[in-house]
Amino acid sequence: MTEPVIYDIGRPGLCAMPFPAPDVPRAPLPDGMVRDELRLPEASQLDVVRHFTRLSALNHSIDKGFYPLGSCTMKYNPRINEDMARLAGFAGTHPMQDEEVAQGNLHLMFTLQEWLKEIGGFAGASLQPAAGAHGEFAGILMVRAYHLDRGDTQRRKILIPDSAHGTNPASTAMSGYSVVEIPSDSRGNVDLAALRAACDDHVAGLMLTNPNTLGLFDEHVQEVVDLVHGCGGLVYGDGANMNALLGIARPGDLGFDILHYNLHKTFGTPHGGGGPGSGPVAVCERLAHFLPGPIVERVDEGNPSLVRREPPEDGDLTYYHLVMPPKSIGRVKVFHGHMGIFVRAYAYIRMHGPDGLRRVAEHAVLNANYLQARVGQWFPIPQRDRICMHEFVAEGTVPGSDVRALDISKRLMDFGIHPPTNYFPLIVHEALMIEPTETESKATLDTFAAAMAQIAREAVEQPELLHQAPHTTPVSRMDEVKAARELVLSYWNVKQ
Amino acid sequence: MMNVPLGLFYTEHDEWAQRVGQEVVTGITDYAQDQLSDIVYVELPEVGDHYAAGEPYGVVESVKAASDVFMPVGGEIVAVNEELESAPEIINQDPFGKGWMVRIQPDDQSELGSLLDAATYQARVEAKG
Repeated sequence: MTEPVIYDIGRPGLCAMPFPAPDVPRAPLPDGMVRDELRLPEASQLDVVRHFTRLSALNHSIDKGFYPLGSCTMKYNPRINEDMARLAGFAGTHPMQDEEVAQGNLHLMFTLQEWLKEIGGFAGASLQPAAGAHGEFAGILMVRAYHLDRGDTQRRKILIPDSAHGTNPASTAMSGYSVVEIPSDSRGNVDLAALRAACDDHVAGLMLTNPNTLGLFDEHVQEVVDLVHGCGGLVYGDGANMNALLGIARPGDLGFDILHYNLHKTFGTPHGGGGPGSGPVAVCERLAHFLPGPIVERVDEGNPSLVRREPPEDGDLTYYHLVMPPKSIGRVKVFHGHMGIFVRAYAYIRMHGPDGLRRVAEHAVLNANYLQARVGQWFPIPQRDRICMHEFVAEGTVPGSDVRALDISKRLMDFGIHPPTNYFPLIVHEALMIEPTETESKATLDTFAAAMAQIAREAVEQPELLHQAPHTTPVSRMDEVKAARELVLSYWNVKQ
Repeated sequence: MMNVPLGLFYTEHDEWAQRVGQEVVTGITDYAQDQLSDIVYVELPEVGDHYAAGEPYGVVESVKAASDVFMPVGGEIVAVNEELESAPEIINQDPFGKGWMVRIQPDDQSELGSLLDAATYQARVEAKG
């Protein structure tokens, strides 16, 4: 590594900025509250700027190169979104500002709620959750609240296919339910016989990732939904893969009761270190009262909490206000959720419009199928006979070579490409989960395919090259085992 | 070729179990440790905890994945292999010996009879490739 840590830059006594002389009387801190053992870096302002600028140049990002990280939808984040989020009216609003003087913000939130309802085919939506898994958690709390509200207290189990996102079992456990795993059939769908056997009156619901983590749309989704509804359970949809469905299929129309969106995937807002995320939940009619709140409601008769003195000059009495749904599971986030992300997602949806969103899904699926066909020339693909959705899973193995998915991933870094998600999903041996997204050109996809072809050759001819990769990055192969077994969380532990 | 010792019982989830007097000792198989690769963390239950057959009682974590470990038979945990907490690599080195995870006082010894024998388990592992 060529860049030292900030503690090794500068000299004692250096300071990044001069502080002005105090213009109030000096007051000493109480005894025992002054700490002198803190080892803070001492560096000049230019030292600090150069240090972090150099570090930022070492990082891989979507702005720097291809980022086919399966399940993460690392699409380009349009710059217009950033422009909009920085408008003073949005960026400068305080969350405790009175509703009366934040009508523009509330209008945007209300419209986004409405769009998310329409895109997914649902009756209600809340923007509160802070990210995808948080949306799952809120969703399962709603499942629980729904059953308990009906006096149905015996439901203890949530069914989760083995092709679901890894966060689903965690959200289930966090909500106090136990997980029952449902296997996949030979075509990568939910195994209907196993599902049928698991469906009884102890089932609270099913969490379905569709398309699933194999990048496949379940061919029996209707039967799956009907089986779960048939035993009194609810169907939760993990909407992290909505990029494949926009404008084409609506989970609400398929019978899903709840869906979370990842605004930071599907709607092009930053993530992967650039977040925060945002994970709104949308629900069908019978769950609308349970949504986490507050949510934004529109009234057409002016502010209901004011006796209006006289009508506004333009005669428009439209008023937006925050309400708590009557049987709400409560707040899951301080204030109103991640407002800055709402503005970006709003801008994204507004910019694309309904037809544009459909093209997003079409191109995401086309790009993934193109790469599946190319990569399948050199690497096994378990479900190669099927049309994939927005992503696909290959096996990182080459006949006659001992290289593994990890070696292939590391070698891709030498080509300036972020490695795909690897070793997930667990149901594929040496999994490489590849999601190109709609924002990449055919030329970029061809560059990736050429890199994979070269790596497949190297795996046989020069396996050591792969075992030791990457070679062109600031640091080469890390000892992941040592790092995991001997956790060193502070620079000062190293120095000692 | 994976090591599948004769005389042990096996589960579909790649655990092994061995009768030792009135108790049952269990851990994960050679195939399981090979699939996981280098194990970096093991989470074990408390002595006195009780689980049904097939319930998860612990977790093994490698640089690749984290995986639940399931009870081969129902019963009470009477001992845990504390050495694994500071040296999880023992499971990689000796999965059927020093890498044992817990000792169980079974509720019903006959549950062992419903597990797989070595030949059946070996065939399943080979089928998985």
